[in-house]
Amino acid sequence: MQVTSRSFVANAKKGLADANLQTALARLSTGFPMARLAAIDRMPEFERLRDDAVAIKDHTLANLDAYLERYEEKVIESGGHVHWAADGQQARDIVLQICRDAGARTVTKGKSMITEEAGINEHLEANGIEPIETDLGEYIIQLRDEPPSHIIAPAIHLSKEQVADTFVAEHTDFAPDRDLTDPRTLLEEARAILRRKFIAADVGITGANMLIAETGTSVIVTNEGNGDLTQTLPKTHIVVASIEKVVPTLEDATTILRVLARSATGQEMAVYNTFSTGPRRPDDLDGPENYHVVILDNGRSDMLGGEFNDMLRCIKCSACINHCPVYKAVGGHAYGWCYSGPMGAVLVPGLLGLAEAHDLPQASSFCGRCEDVCPMRIPLPRMLRAWRTKSYEQGLGSKTSRAGLGVWAYFARRPLLYRPLMRLGVAALAALGAFRGRGRFSWLPLAGGWTTSRDLPVPEGRTFVEQWKRGQR
Amino acid sequence: MKPSNPDFRRSNVLGNIRKSFDNSDKAKSDRFAAVDARIRAQRPNVVPARASGDAKALLALFITQAEQASATTARVDDPNDLPQAVLAYLTANALPPRLKAAPHAVLENIAWSKQPSLDMTFGATLGDDEAALSVAFSGVAETGTLVLHSGPESPTTLNFLPDHHLVVLRTSVLAGTYEAAWSALRNAGNGAMPRTVNWVTGPSRSGDIDQTLLMGAHGPRSLHILILDDKKTI
Amino acid sequence: MAEQPPIDRPTPPHVGLFATCLVDLMRPSVGFATARLLEAAGCRVSVPESQTCCGQPAYNAGDATDARAIALNTLAAFEAFDYVVAPSGSCAAMIRVHYPRLFADDPEILQRIQALGKKTYELTSFLKDIMDTVEINANFNGKATYHDACSGLREMAVKEQPRALLGDVEGLELVEAAESEACCGFGGLFSVKYPDISTKMVSDKTDVLIATGADMVLGGDLGCLMNIAGRLKRRGSTLEVRHVAEVLADMTADVPPIAGKDKA
Repeated sequence: MQVTSRSFVANAKKGLADANLQTALARLSTGFPMARLAAIDRMPEFERLRDDAVAIKDHTLANLDAYLERYEEKVIESGGHVHWAADGQQARDIVLQICRDAGARTVTKGKSMITEEAGINEHLEANGIEPIETDLGEYIIQLRDEPPSHIIAPAIHLSKEQVADTFVAEHTDFAPDRDLTDPRTLLEEARAILRRKFIAADVGITGANMLIAETGTSVIVTNEGNGDLTQTLPKTHIVVASIEKVVPTLEDATTILRVLARSATGQEMAVYNTFSTGPRRPDDLDGPENYHVVILDNGRSDMLGGEFNDMLRCIKCSACINHCPVYKAVGGHAYGWCYSGPMGAVLVPGLLGLAEAHDLPQASSFCGRCEDVCPMRIPLPRMLRAWRTKSYEQGLGSKTSRAGLGVWAYFARRPLLYRPLMRLGVAALAALGAFRGRGRFSWLPLAGGWTTSRDLPVPEGRTFVEQWKRGQR
Repeated sequence: MKPSNPDFRRSNVLGNIRKSFDNSDKAKSDRFAAVDARIRAQRPNVVPARASGDAKALLALFITQAEQASATTARVDDPNDLPQAVLAYLTANALPPRLKAAPHAVLENIAWSKQPSLDMTFGATLGDDEAALSVAFSGVAETGTLVLHSGPESPTTLNFLPDHHLVVLRTSVLAGTYEAAWSALRNAGNGAMPRTVNWVTGPSRSGDIDQTLLMGAHGPRSLHILILDDKKTI
Repeated sequence: MAEQPPIDRPTPPHVGLFATCLVDLMRPSVGFATARLLEAAGCRVSVPESQTCCGQPAYNAGDATDARAIALNTLAAFEAFDYVVAPSGSCAAMIRVHYPRLFADDPEILQRIQALGKKTYELTSFLKDIMDTVEINANFNGKATYHDACSGLREMAVKEQPRALLGDVEGLELVEAAESEACCGFGGLFSVKYPDISTKMVSDKTDVLIATGADMVLGGDLGCLMNIAGRLKRRGSTLEVRHVAEVLADMTADVPPIAGKDKA
């Protein structure tokens, strides 16, 4: 996937002008939040579940090395293999090797953000192995060669007409004039095509929402069942998961599942929650013969114990994205990579570097809705600000903005200078405003960012502090 | 050791994680002790009060929740009524009277020949079966969820490949909460997990096309739960 | 947000009025309305001259050094009062919620900063939650809708208080906007650093405000209100915008609404 986070502003502009996208965003930004509220309403223990989920993750992160070792022991005990990868490159090498050992020609994939992050698909393709995304949304964007625009609804930016056009262009075995106006026809077509791919695949790759240390189990969560077909039918099942996915017990996994779907789509539970432990057993009637887990770090160990530690509690539910007014305005592609919205704005600079992703933490009004709805109580605005502090220290960002702020701060720290300067400035602006006569400016030099689309009120003319001091009321 | 060496990679990743921790012998051993204690304890966190009550209340809750998730349910009083209940579903859905069934003890002692028009085969499916019949290990009333797991009597493919999935849920294995279902599974397997445990809540669906919810994305289009009253309580 | 512990109230309480830089510079009438309300509630009001800004612009830009220096200026100016009241949720939150984070490494100053934060309030929350015997004597004939500014709402638990106070205003009919809690797109410097996105947000906000059929938009944060008023005017809307203090203090005749009044 080509990273375009550097072009956030240009990407955002495109998103704002995209009528199809804006329709989709308007719908998702009311639909998901309302569904979430309804689900929470039906679960009186929701806040306590959140508290417990936070405690589970905090405890696990504080003992992460031990949990990962215990998890590994259990995977091996059940007949699986564990591989460790420090970064995306190592993960790619490992996955490729397993696929080669399996003689794989085609590989089906359950929806997995970590495999996007690690660039697994491109690597397989470059080495003559065909990866096939099976989550309906991921399949559609794979056909279109686009990145996902949302971490659980990857094709949410597309209208059904756009999907139909794509199917007509890519599914050339079907009659080109067939009627695909009903979404049901699109679903049936994808189902038929992917069914053949599921059955033919030599290897199935999934992510894992959680890894359970008690039992050496990987957990996937889907509504479609594609993850299950991916991991049950082929001879080899590969799980790719990052280090912070581990949780202690089945009970702990259950608690997190109780807040996951409710926070994501407002469902009580996703349709399929699947717990997988090792390969098929000798007397099983189906299932993969080989089970591999690739545990990937890719920058998470650097976050442990630091300013961004709490981000490791993320369960990828997308609640923050669904409630974010910035995401609602610009959509997921604006962020330039596979993670978007507030969680993307926190994660991406850590994974790609601030220079690449500078705008992401800056493009926030700090409304705080993300933190409000995050089931894991991650202090997202605080972390965005932490990135801004690093940016400032590194001298990144607009020089003009920094200079302007510097001037303001210089005076704001020095009340004796501030007062007379502000008195002058305010009086001047008020005089200019009086000259114009309307109580507002529709244009002001240096204020283009504001006045392009908004009028600017004229100041009253004298400062409050000065008037008060003079006994004026 | 080369970077491509698996042992190197392992100690590299664990080493990077440990950088954030106190790695004195005592601290490390304390961590492992805390971890092992928590794993052993298998302590439930807060359990919703919703799924408490007597067997009758739980069953009512299960049915409400399952139907809310777009499953359909039917009550079956006796195992030998299953063939008729299955045939009724297939007929009502204009499906041929053919079924791939799990070779489960509950199903094998039934007189399927009572419905001679019903063509039953037992085993896993390769994808050619339109309808399948499984037996649930457990049910969770809290969300109307079925618990199925892989095994010699319960192929996982039946849960995902056929268009129509019928599942027998015995009232004796209906649990209120997930916690109760996990306890039952731990006891049944002598602590060993099966290859796959599936929580199934309604039929397969996707909202990926135009945010329109459609059933039958890749998994079954329909989930029909045959609630078999075997008159014991959990 | 945790409830503040009850503070032993000497009578009359001496309140340091934190005007906020926007009120001080752009719309002093909000400051006078605030003072009137505080005095009507039985407080003695002072306006320390050395106040400048709460420091949010520097803080949110990642300039912790300047933010700390500005915070120390605020501390020096306001430390001595019984209460610090600001006609702004975001400035009050800056002092109460964020100042302590700036001094996490300095226990001595941190203690003083925390003490300052404990007695710092947004105006409507102060009037309702602390001085709950306040009497509102105001008239306003018309429909108004209230915009919940983000900081006030999420960091200072300001939600019911302004509505309760507005309930006492004679003739005022309060209507709720859909998405009253959605961000207006101000976010301080965000509004000028990412103007396209900010404009989209304020356009969505003004859509729902206009749809209420109200005559007036009220709120507790001048930055939001300037943003909303500016966009309404540019859209040619006659919907008026004022700070809630102006209505509660019955001072709407004294000064035109934010961004001026258009002739009918």
